[in-house]
Amino acid sequence: MEVKIGEEERQLIGDLIDQLRELLLATSPEGKLDPSLRRLYPTAYVDDVRHEQEYQRSARDQLLERRLSHLDVVEATLNDAELDSDSVTAWITTVNDLRLVLGTHLDVSEDDESKILDSGDPQEQQQAIYHYLSHLLGEFVEAAGR
Amino acid sequence: MSQTESSPVVTDDESPGSITDEDTPWVVLVWNDPINLMSYVVHVLQKLFGYSSEKATQLMLDVHHKGRAVVSNGNREKAELDVFRLHEFGLWATMQKDV
Repeated sequence: MEVKIGEEERQLIGDLIDQLRELLLATSPEGKLDPSLRRLYPTAYVDDVRHEQEYQRSARDQLLERRLSHLDVVEATLNDAELDSDSVTAWITTVNDLRLVLGTHLDVSEDDESKILDSGDPQEQQQAIYHYLSHLLGEFVEAAGR
Repeated sequence: MSQTESSPVVTDDESPGSITDEDTPWVVLVWNDPINLMSYVVHVLQKLFGYSSEKATQLMLDVHHKGRAVVSNGNREKAELDVFRLHEFGLWATMQKDV
């Protein structure tokens, strides 16, 4: 897949994946989750405590490992103009992970499309990044489906 | 392990022991969430389960309009693997016994 992403945007993505990696590694496998990571480790068993505990014990580690390896792939291909299909998967999941973390932090709800922030709002920049990532993911998904 | 967490014992069944945990059918649900893009959900359902574009789109619309949809089913082991794969892609998936 051919990717046309500007220099500034690539740098932004590089910064964001560094931050995400730091956030992911700051959470020990059994430790309490940073609230913004909540969506990265969802509950599997809604009404079965024992199986849920077992699931979290094994899945948390595996999900972390998988995410870190995807971050590494994105980092390694950050300035590439051409991506193979495995790299595309890593990009797609990483961009979505960034949206999940940022969206949870911003407390995004269904009708946020119409929300207008005052300029100077400290969340304005994060909103702009969130919308850029949504746009980028949409483009990736569309291109992957072709 | 406490009493309440021990394995389920089917006492009313005609043939106790014939129903084991691993035989119980489970369903995997994907829930509506405000973050995941509709196109992304369709992409993931096609990629993970090999669903046609039409089927994946219909499931996504069910999630969007009804709040959730059953995207796969099977025994506990299979359902848990499917949930895990959906979690890898950041979808809000859960599993429960199919009752």
